[in-house]
Parts: sequence; C-alpha cells; structure tokens
Amino acid sequence: MFIVKYIKDVFGGLKSLLIGMRRTGYYFTHHKEIITEQYPDNRDTLVLADRFKGEVVMPHDENNEHRCTGCTACELACPNATLKVVTKFDITPEGKKKKAIDKLVYHLELCTMCNLCIVACPSDAIVMAQTFEHSVFNRADLTKILNNPGSKIMDGVE
Amino acid sequence: MFEEIGTTTEGDLIINVGPQHPATHGVLHLVITLNGETIKKVEPHLGYIHRSIEKMCESLTYRQFIYVTSRMDYLSAHINNHACAMCVEKGMQIEVPERAQVIRVIMDELTRIASHELWWGAMAMDIGAFTPFFHAFREREKINEIMEETCGARLTMNYYVPGGLMADLHPDFQKKVKEFIVLFKRKIDEYDELVTGNIIFINRMKGVGFLSKEDAISYGCSGPAARGSGVNSDIRKLYPYAVYDKVQFDEVLETGCDSLARYMIRIREMKQSIRIIEQLIDNIPEGDFQAKTKAVLKLPKGEFYTRVETARGELGVYIVSEGGTTPYRIKFRSPGFSNLSALDHMARGSKLGDLVAMMGTLDLVIPDIDR
Repeated sequence: MFIVKYIKDVFGGLKSLLIGMRRTGYYFTHHKEIITEQYPDNRDTLVLADRFKGEVVMPHDENNEHRCTGCTACELACPNATLKVVTKFDITPEGKKKKAIDKLVYHLELCTMCNLCIVACPSDAIVMAQTFEHSVFNRADLTKILNNPGSKIMDGVE
Repeated sequence: MFEEIGTTTEGDLIINVGPQHPATHGVLHLVITLNGETIKKVEPHLGYIHRSIEKMCESLTYRQFIYVTSRMDYLSAHINNHACAMCVEKGMQIEVPERAQVIRVIMDELTRIASHELWWGAMAMDIGAFTPFFHAFREREKINEIMEETCGARLTMNYYVPGGLMADLHPDFQKKVKEFIVLFKRKIDEYDELVTGNIIFINRMKGVGFLSKEDAISYGCSGPAARGSGVNSDIRKLYPYAVYDKVQFDEVLETGCDSLARYMIRIREMKQSIRIIEQLIDNIPEGDFQAKTKAVLKLPKGEFYTRVETARGELGVYIVSEGGTTPYRIKFRSPGFSNLSALDHMARGSKLGDLVAMMGTLDLVIPDIDR
C-alpha cells in the first residue's frame, strides 16, 4: 500500500508541475504583448489620466490673469500646511483699497496630493497638474510660488 | 536583554529577522529563539515605522484626518477611508446617497482584489516561486489604472469624504471594470494552475502554522486568518454596511486551520469580490455622489464606533468627540495587530523555514500594525 501511495504521489506531483510549466511555456511562446510601460523611452507619448494628482498649479489666461481671490480656503483645508496665502492691498481706479493675493506659496515637499484644497476652492483658481517628475537637486526648488509675477485677478471673480 | 526574559537555556540561539530583511514584509522585526532549527519563541518588536497616526488625527479636522488613514493599511486604502467616513457620517447623522454607497462598495471590492493579488504574488515569492509576482502585478495594474482614472492616484487615493465621494465616476469606469472582470475570470484559473495545484507549494503549506478555532477567537484574529480556522468573522455579513446587505455573496470558510486553508480563503474571496462587482456594476443608481454637508463638521459630544472588513480583517474606528471641530481621541482597531499576535502561538515547535509561510498567509502590512 505504501509503495502504491508513494508512486501515486510522485506522478501526481510531476503532473502538477507539468501543468504549471504548460502555463509558463504558453507565456514563453506568446510574448508579443508587452504589458510593461517602457518608461522613460515613452516619455513623449506617455498620457496620464486627466484626474491624476501630480502637483497643485494655478492656471493663468493669456492676459496673465488668475482666479484666486485670496480667501485662504485652501490654506484652511490643507492638513499639512502646504499652501500659504500672502495677501496685499491693491488700489482700485476709484481710489479704494482692495484685498488681493501677493503670492500663493506652495510647498511641494509637504504635499500629499490629497486634493482637499482643490475641492475647497470656491472659485476654481487651483487645479491638479499631471506632472510627476518632481525630483530636484536643491530642496529649496520644491517651494514654489503659484501665481505668475505681475499677474492679477480676473474681472468678475469675487 | 533577552536573557532577562527567561526563555533561553544553554545552547539556544537568538536571531533577528528584520527589521530590514528580505524575508519579512515591510519593516517587521522578529526576535526568534531557536533550538537547532526548531522555533522556541517568536517575539515581534514593533516601533520601527511608528508615525503616531492616532495622535496626528487629534489635530486634524474631520475632513482632513481621512487621508492619513490611507497610510495605515496602504493596500486597502479605500476601505480604511470608508471606515473613517462612515464613523463621521454616523456622528453627524449624514444620509449618504445610494449612488455613493454603491460606488463605495465597488471600489472596496476592487481594492480587495488588488490587495489579495499583491499578497498572492508576494506570498509565492516568499515560498520561492518568483514568476507569480509578475502574473499578479499584470492584473493588479489594470485595477490601478481604473483607480488612477477615477480617483487620481494609484495607492493613496483619498476618494471618500464624509457624505459621499470626492468626485463622480469617470465616464469610462463601467466599461473598464467590465473588461477587467472578463480578464480576471480567465486569469484566476491560471493562478490555480501555476501555484495552487503545485505539489511543492502544497507540501510547504499543508499543516504549517496550525491555528485552532478556539485560539483564533482568543487571539482576536479576524479576516482570512480567522476564516481559515472556521470562524465566522466577515463583518460584511455579520454587521452589513453600505449596500452589502443587498448583494449576494458567500462568506468563505475553510476548516483546515493551516496555511493552505488561509491561502484558499483569499483565492476564493477574490472570486466572491468579482461576484459582488458583477451585480453592482450595471446597477449604479443615478443621483448625487455627495450629500449636502455643512462647511465645518462638528461631531456632537459622544463616542462613535464603526467597523468594516478590510482585505486583512476587521478594522474598527473609534472616535471620542468633545463637540469641537477636531476629534478628542481616535483609536483604530487594526486587523494586522491581532493577527500578528497569533504568530508566536503558531510558530512554536515548527521549523524556521516554515515561519516565512506562516507570515505570508497572515498577510502582514506593517504600517497597519504599527500605525
């Protein structure tokens, strides 16, 4: 009885290995389909999803105008103090003082891409960009100012 | 230091496995007392990846703290977020729209499949098979692409907010998930051909890491580790949340109590997850994806507890509120911690080589254990 069981085990084991090897052989002979990303060779054709959370940017239009009112909603929503709004007072043509942003400081090194600032923004002034190659040689380069120099707020955005 | 514990005798050998060792997952540190090659004692040492997440959450508001929990059990990030969002919704008595609940369940089950696939690859690699890892990641990549399209990230998505979801589904979501279901049903049979039926694999798993039903209960095991010992511990069945009470699925149970039983649980659970997704993917109701909530969330004074079934077991979230905008105290009951505590009991008396198989089938994620 022992001998029969032993031989059965040996051949059963051999069969199980051959079943596995058949699958391996299938993929060995059917290697037309490349499933890995050929990064960085495909950098020119690489398309990321529209919603991919790469970094926070502030879009500007052709007149160098943005939509940020300086309400600090993003600053309050951020869990890591990544965003810092610095405000100033503009003088309107009527001679009145008006609050506007001086700069929106963004610390990329603290950002966890949680998207809470984008959701909190009432005027859609900031969006997520699809960049992902963030490495720099100097740590100070990760601190960014999101609004362009000399930019001002769009007309009609309150 | 270790002599003071009093378990070592003359001729015993104490070795450290980890915290940075290719055989352990993550940064688990095990101090193992050996007599020859027989294990006398296994002592897990934690603290290497402690980030004091519970304390961090006390200084964050109820909207902000959810993203931190993705960093606990990073392989089931969606499910962790689900537990926290549910706890806040329970405190605020927010009614979550039907559409959001259905999408949450689909996302949870996709996450469960992705997590089990990574486990399957890593587990086979622990045992010595190298290629299953690539087979598993080939299908997991499809889930990651679906997640990237809808949630905007591949691992730490932060897609759930108190009251619903952060954004609506991507238009391609349903099409891609259906494609994935067709693909995955074909591939999961390949997994069985490659690993499950393999004689070397079975011999290394069968009878290894025995954990009886009584011990599984007394150690507080949950998830596949407990169900492998025949304990009914599926929170989705016992305490249904979201729309789990409206879908048909079986609670997978095995009575083998060994590593092979825990392995089979996860393979069969993936098939059940596919079954849940199949029922829901064509029946996502129209409507809002988010309930109307106040701008500032303030939980009423009191204590709130919710639990969900992650890929590893029962995750509980306990919030104590003093009525402010931040929680007074948060406690997470993580599944990995309790499952790890049973490792010493399982491993005593077995050989050192079997320890890897036991750790593999417990599916340990160290940031979840250590937080």
